[in-house]
Amino acid sequence: MDGIITGISGSTVTVAISGVKLCDMVLVGHAGLIGEVVRLKGEKAIVQVYENTVGMGVGEPVAGTGRQLTVTLGPGLVSNMYDGLQRPLERVRAAMGPFIRPCRDIPPLESAAEWNFEPDRKNGDEVTAGEVIGRIREGAFVHPVTAPCTGRLAQVHGGICTLAGPVARFADGSGVFARQEWPVRRPRPFRRKLPPVLPLVTGQRVIDFLFPLVRGGTAIFPGGFGTGKTILEQTIAKFADVDLVVYVGCGERGNEMAELLEEFRTLRDQRSGASLMSRTIVVVNTSNMPVAAREASIYTAVTMAEYYRDLGLHVLLLADSISRWGEALREISSSLEEMPGEEGYPTYLSSRLAAFCERAGAVETLNGAIGSLTMILSVSPPGGDFSEPVTQACLRTAGVFLMLDTALAHSRHYPAINWSQSYSLYAAGVTGHFTAQVSPGWGEMQQRCRELLQRESTLREVAEIVGAEGLQDADRLLMMTTERIRSEFLCQNAYSDDAFCPPAQTAARMDAILGFHDGVEAGLGLGLSLENVLANISRST
Amino acid sequence: MRLCEHRYRTVSSVGGPLMFVDGVFSVRMGEMVRIVYPDGSTAAGEVLKFSGRAVLIQVFGETAGIDLGAEIIFSDTVRRAPLARSMVGRVFNGSFEPIDGLPPFIPEQWGEVNGFPINPTARACPEEFIETGFTAIDTLNTLVKGQKLPIFSCAGLPSQEVAAGILRNARLAGGGEFVVVFVAMGLTYRDYSFYMDVLRKMGTGFVAFVNRADEPVLERLLAPRFGLACAEYLAFVCAMDVLVVVTDITNYCDALREVSTAREELPGRRGYPGYMYSDLASLYERAGRIQGTAGSVTMLPVVTMPEDDITHPIPDLTGYITEGQIVLSRELHQRGVFPPIDVLPSLSRLMQHGIGAGRTREDHRRIADALYRHYAKGRYARGLESVVGREGMIEADRVMLDFADAFEAEVVGQGAARRAIGASLDAGAALLRRFFLEVT
Repeated sequence: MDGIITGISGSTVTVAISGVKLCDMVLVGHAGLIGEVVRLKGEKAIVQVYENTVGMGVGEPVAGTGRQLTVTLGPGLVSNMYDGLQRPLERVRAAMGPFIRPCRDIPPLESAAEWNFEPDRKNGDEVTAGEVIGRIREGAFVHPVTAPCTGRLAQVHGGICTLAGPVARFADGSGVFARQEWPVRRPRPFRRKLPPVLPLVTGQRVIDFLFPLVRGGTAIFPGGFGTGKTILEQTIAKFADVDLVVYVGCGERGNEMAELLEEFRTLRDQRSGASLMSRTIVVVNTSNMPVAAREASIYTAVTMAEYYRDLGLHVLLLADSISRWGEALREISSSLEEMPGEEGYPTYLSSRLAAFCERAGAVETLNGAIGSLTMILSVSPPGGDFSEPVTQACLRTAGVFLMLDTALAHSRHYPAINWSQSYSLYAAGVTGHFTAQVSPGWGEMQQRCRELLQRESTLREVAEIVGAEGLQDADRLLMMTTERIRSEFLCQNAYSDDAFCPPAQTAARMDAILGFHDGVEAGLGLGLSLENVLANISRST
Repeated sequence: MRLCEHRYRTVSSVGGPLMFVDGVFSVRMGEMVRIVYPDGSTAAGEVLKFSGRAVLIQVFGETAGIDLGAEIIFSDTVRRAPLARSMVGRVFNGSFEPIDGLPPFIPEQWGEVNGFPINPTARACPEEFIETGFTAIDTLNTLVKGQKLPIFSCAGLPSQEVAAGILRNARLAGGGEFVVVFVAMGLTYRDYSFYMDVLRKMGTGFVAFVNRADEPVLERLLAPRFGLACAEYLAFVCAMDVLVVVTDITNYCDALREVSTAREELPGRRGYPGYMYSDLASLYERAGRIQGTAGSVTMLPVVTMPEDDITHPIPDLTGYITEGQIVLSRELHQRGVFPPIDVLPSLSRLMQHGIGAGRTREDHRRIADALYRHYAKGRYARGLESVVGREGMIEADRVMLDFADAFEAEVVGQGAARRAIGASLDAGAALLRRFFLEVT
């Protein structure tokens, strides 16, 4: 399984090698850079290298590893920042300074870290493959340790253990480890999928009230630059009602990630009171880091998210932005000289994206617990044009579409979610939940709010022609109410105390605005002028 | 390492800036080569890709006059940037050769031309205010140290004067001076001499990398990389605060497109290569600050929007990578407003970190928000005015119209004079007071 380099073009390397399989991971060149076999052709393999190939020469060695691109799963993942290949960036920095240079693997999980193993089974017990033999607690998370195969346990070491050594041994000497490897491109198994029905509260009024999310659902928000995609993603990451957040910075800015790290370390999770970082895993491949690793980053992230889902947790995966992933796919495809589809994207863009999005869902895990993986993906359409392939491919799979509007962003209306174009396919299902749990008027208020906004948009066109003075009192009232809905309800400042709004408060706010509207409308019905009614109201309060 | 020099006379084909050499024994990706022309002159080249014994070379320089008998000398090294403190005060061409008539400097260190990505965990958040002297930037779209903030201009607008104004007037909040790294790509002689004049009169240190419009296109791709390698060295090794002005990104992208087409790569939008986002990011992302290091790299790229179109791939991809944008407006320019900055589409994403008590002034955010909000209303009212006329508007809207006019004339249109941040904020607050508008 060893070979030599015969050709290089960009990050695509041709290798004379035999005995490797498609999608196998190989180590390329004297530097041992990680690569993935993307095509086999006789005695030649085409390898996609996850690093810059500058300086690599013809005839340098290539070694097969016999396994696919995998991630390591186990206790210690949380609070870390990884790159797209699951290299721990903190320790990469400790090893080689502030710049990321090509390097050999640094293990993703600290092998020297000590954990407390609590065994369920004892020496001499017969166990079957997949059976839980004990657990390790990592803060709020409990990691089960499962037997990799069927056999009789010979040694079980309870108490302090590390990830490097086994926590138990079988009679034949093979070990049971507290960590496991999983190929990133293979979804982790579960018993069955459940229909997603429980709402995922984000604390963003416009989302929770008008376009609700569910646990196990998928949402996308496309928007041109400067429309606040990143801030919305980060705000949701801070406040969403989930157990764990996996945040993927896919092809975005480095400063943004530094800011996120700093903020998440200082901010407290409002439910547990612990640092936000203690419920967050960050995967980051900034725009200037190797493109092939950017393509892999979302898979690395989703595999870790699935692992926590399998612990029976509610996990939220936020990716910013999926367009950069699409572009990475396009770059790789074009360097492999594949036939391009629309706008140069490979024709498998939409099927890959759909397969990725299908890894979201509420599931009954193999252990019988209920877990969920929700995805929120931001999309950066070039020129703000939603007809482009990535946005269109996303639209076919997503349950919630939140359209970020450049015009709203320019008028500093944040979150700049356009209320007439966005939709949630889950709205009907979860409205009942909110009506039962939060406010009996939820569904009705939602309907009225939509109606008012709808009527306003037609009225606005009239007002632009005749001027606001020329409108009827009832219409002016409508304009006043919708102005209040926009400024007091739909707008939400991510940098103030208002950044998180619990559902009960959301309902109360809407109730107050609609109450005002009804009050004035009743006054108008008595034949009073709008000014008189408003004067009466301000006097009585 | 090779024990003897490898020379080949096996050129099999030449076209544009690309050349195929056959039968090469040992080659590296990105290896530097020298090409000896039949008349004895030489040019530099770089290995672009290889397959078996066939090597594709990209030639930096003129390929006219080359024939298949040309000699190719392989160097066994990849391109590196010579770096030293003594670069300051010098002018180089796009291949890092001095063009100021002075002898070459002695490098203290050889650096990577493309650099390495900064580890996100090692980055320090940009948060130190930079005073540019322009109210429209300082008050409403604040620049901070380590930020990359492009100027989006249109053909015929004074982007040069705005950039020059920032070069002359930029001050660090805590005192101290910038070292300027100036990178010119495809600049006309007129623009070039304008900028050089500004740089020479500034009195602070500068390093210039100049590729003029009639110089090799490939050097347009190299110049910013050398410039940034130099900036990183000065910032992170010599602990200086570096301001990098890169002009014009549009010429850079056109060069990228030209080279990509010559390589017969698949074109993306408008013929620009599909990897343009990653390529631009490899430049812009080199701006920043590093924890535990004193220096910083702040970047001000200038982008001329083709057809005044902000959705054109060049400004579009730039806007996705950079931390905001300063947009110049043709309308304001025609009304004689200088700097003609349209604050509505302009944005500084890092503004909130650089302003407020202890940085600028405690009331900065409130003044900026109020100005922005009322100006946006005024601009909306202008749209109404064109439909219903001033007479048909309610009094409140008419006030907003006047406010927008006054804002453009007095707050944005400050002329060439420098305004300190205090004066900028006072000008904004005074305008709000005059119109009896609240600062909330």
